[in-house]
Amino acid sequence: MLDPTPTGLHSGGTPLLQTVGLTKRYGNFLANEAIDIDIWPQQIHALLGENGAGKSTLVKTIYGLIQPSEGEMRWQGEKMVLSGPSEARARGIGMVFQHFSLFDNLTVAENVALGLDGKESFKDMSARLEEVSNVYGLPLDPKREVWQLSVGERQRIEIVRVLMQNPKFLILDEPTAVLTPQEADQLFIVLDRLKAEGRAILYISHKLEEVKRLCDTATILRGGKKVSTCNPQQETAASLARMMVGADIKEVKAAAGRKTTVPRLVVNDLNMEPDDPHGVRLANISLELKGGEILGIAGVAGNGQDELFAALSGERQCPDPGTIVIDGHAAGHLSITLRRKLGAAFVPEERLGHGTAPRMKLSENALLTGHAASGMVQHGFVNTAATLSTVDRATETFDVRKAKRDPEAASLSGGNLQKFIVGREILRNPAVLVVSQPTWGVDAGAAAVIRQALLDLAASGAAVLVTSQDLDELAEITDRIAVMFHGHLSQPMATAEATREKLGLLMGGSSLEQKEAPHAVSA
Amino acid sequence: MQLVLEKRAERSNTIALISPLIAIGLTIVTMTILFAILGKNPILALHAYFIAPLSDSYSLQEIAVKATPLVMIAVGLSLCYLANVWNIGAEGQFLIGAVAGSWLPVVTHGTDAGYWVLPAMLVCGTVAGALYALIPAICKVKFGASEILTSLMLVYVADLFLDYMVRGPWRDPNGFNFPTTAEFDPVATVPLLVSGGRLHLGAIIALLVVAAVAVMLGRTIKGFEIRVVGAAPRAARFGGFNSNQLILLTFAISGGLAGLAGIIEVAGPVGHLQPGFSPGYGFTAIIVAFLGRLNPVGILIAGLFLALTFIGGEQAQIAMKIPLDVTKVFQGILLFYVLACDSLILYRFRLIFPSPKVSSGAV
Repeated sequence: MLDPTPTGLHSGGTPLLQTVGLTKRYGNFLANEAIDIDIWPQQIHALLGENGAGKSTLVKTIYGLIQPSEGEMRWQGEKMVLSGPSEARARGIGMVFQHFSLFDNLTVAENVALGLDGKESFKDMSARLEEVSNVYGLPLDPKREVWQLSVGERQRIEIVRVLMQNPKFLILDEPTAVLTPQEADQLFIVLDRLKAEGRAILYISHKLEEVKRLCDTATILRGGKKVSTCNPQQETAASLARMMVGADIKEVKAAAGRKTTVPRLVVNDLNMEPDDPHGVRLANISLELKGGEILGIAGVAGNGQDELFAALSGERQCPDPGTIVIDGHAAGHLSITLRRKLGAAFVPEERLGHGTAPRMKLSENALLTGHAASGMVQHGFVNTAATLSTVDRATETFDVRKAKRDPEAASLSGGNLQKFIVGREILRNPAVLVVSQPTWGVDAGAAAVIRQALLDLAASGAAVLVTSQDLDELAEITDRIAVMFHGHLSQPMATAEATREKLGLLMGGSSLEQKEAPHAVSA
Repeated sequence: MQLVLEKRAERSNTIALISPLIAIGLTIVTMTILFAILGKNPILALHAYFIAPLSDSYSLQEIAVKATPLVMIAVGLSLCYLANVWNIGAEGQFLIGAVAGSWLPVVTHGTDAGYWVLPAMLVCGTVAGALYALIPAICKVKFGASEILTSLMLVYVADLFLDYMVRGPWRDPNGFNFPTTAEFDPVATVPLLVSGGRLHLGAIIALLVVAAVAVMLGRTIKGFEIRVVGAAPRAARFGGFNSNQLILLTFAISGGLAGLAGIIEVAGPVGHLQPGFSPGYGFTAIIVAFLGRLNPVGILIAGLFLALTFIGGEQAQIAMKIPLDVTKVFQGILLFYVLACDSLILYRFRLIFPSPKVSSGAV
């Protein structure tokens, strides 16, 4: 499909894309500082870095979404100034974003048509869509509406849409974040094939094993600067991580001889209709979690994890009290405040706007979840000293870094705010902690602190339920893992036995025991 | 060179304090231009608006009298606006409070009813205002109807109801067919603070309302609920706060305060119920609420300032024949600038100069 480009030796030929001293400044903040990258045809080039390292800024500049403050880009050796993404696409640069831009109520073909600049008829375009998707092994039915599709299928639309423009250079932003291990393997086959056709790929990820397996070259960013360009196959995951973080990462240690006690969180046959028409119906969910135990819930995003969190927290209540039992008390019908009074604590996935009110101070955000159970409110009046002392204790215990004693939540970095939120809940000594994506978008140092805190909490006798899409995280801290798919929860298995293959099958909707089509889906 | 609006890391408290002052400054500049276009001497006009009313005791008292309903209504409205619900119908709640409170003085007129009449009137006015405000609130909670439209439309219902009452059942038999009730008896009248003056007990009540709401917002869990429901609704639900309950509560409080202001106005400065007794206090109070930064103490200051424009407008009409409607223009421009200047709390202006290092070839 693409002219066979002479690959040439990297030392001799011209790179497909070159950035020279590329700098992007926001006010006094340098998001990118003098970045030099060479990207060659027939190369899968990894872009590694923690959140805030400047990866997004760099690829947005290359895709023409933002203009560099200094430095320049060269395309096939010639200086390139992009006025916008359509010019980047015209040159042959395509990008698949981490967050899809698809219309749920339109069909696959309609969504693709909306994203293309060309003037071909809808019929021709649909035919070409089917052809491209078949050639690359990315099967898609052009007539289906997007809301019916899985996350993996939605990503296929985005990839096919980009491939239909026949790009020479493809940027992929965290493409496997939403895929099961098996789906990720299929994606890698497609990427290898694109590479063999002579295209270049810039692959953004923080999954180091994946990068080692797939990529020829890796450029590592830290604090807006390029730290190094290396061959990831000659590095270890630990050495790559050290370059990303700039320091060794503390190992998370589970306390030895942790004992499980009585059941503290029990869910009995929970069924719940979604309140949003595109939400997921929870069906027959049962689980039992003992004190001292950490249960992980794996699964691709959008399989009912948000709905389960709302049901467990009491943001949505069930008519039958016995559905959810917290520390021996039937709690299904109780509000979130009453569940907190029973000793439950909750950490939602979204930090700003759900876990905290962004424009309110930390002390007020401590009051947000602490008003029910601790001495923060007396006769309807707020005890400001108590709320501030929670902020101070969380700051000290969990190393929350902030500019002043009591800043607004939104002014903290993601990692520090997450440490505050987790700390705020743990300081209440909860009997049960339900936490969703505890380290999502959090730097490695903060992630280690948070995971350690969860392990310590379990060691002190609490029951901890962790929902995460990061299988490595679940393997590191949980005792048992269950998988969520289409609103159903699998039987939990011991973490030691939960291989990536087993989990991947469950995440894709297959049942482990019987090979027949899972009745779960049609239920 | 480029002028851009840039987001601040944290809201600026300094700007939050001076943004109303910037807005007032810009309004005065605009008014100067407007006076010049009208062919009036801007210096004299501004003097008539802002300086003359401050120079004699009668005008000063009159400012306090006009500020009383503005502050009371605006303090209630600020609770709604903080909770992110939009009660635009305070004028209607104000009128209904006046009508309901006037029922007692009308039926006890000429009897020897005791001193219970005035307190009972105030309770009637407050309760009626609160119930009237609950209509749009319940429609919003139950049916999702826009409270902006329903509360505004109920203003006209209240206005016409008042008109009907004073032209029909409650018309003063000795009133030469004017649409007005009989003058209220002394036991049904708000007492004056200065004998022979205009300042009445309502001003003290307004101060108490300011203090009570300031404590509620700053110190109590209810006040926190109101603020968090408005600022971050999903976080509020996570905190266990019921937003529907708060919609009803804030509407009831703001309607109650508007109704109280209404009956105080009728039983105080006006002395009887008649159509058109309000110069639009309920609408002007919206400006007062925002100019006062939705903060009770700020609202007290803003209420006095807006009252000054009412008195100043009258002075300017008498002294310079400037139409009274210019006062409304002034208030509208002021609200416009207040809302515009608020963006400076979260954003700042920044001049961007092109980098000197841009290589040749760039245009």
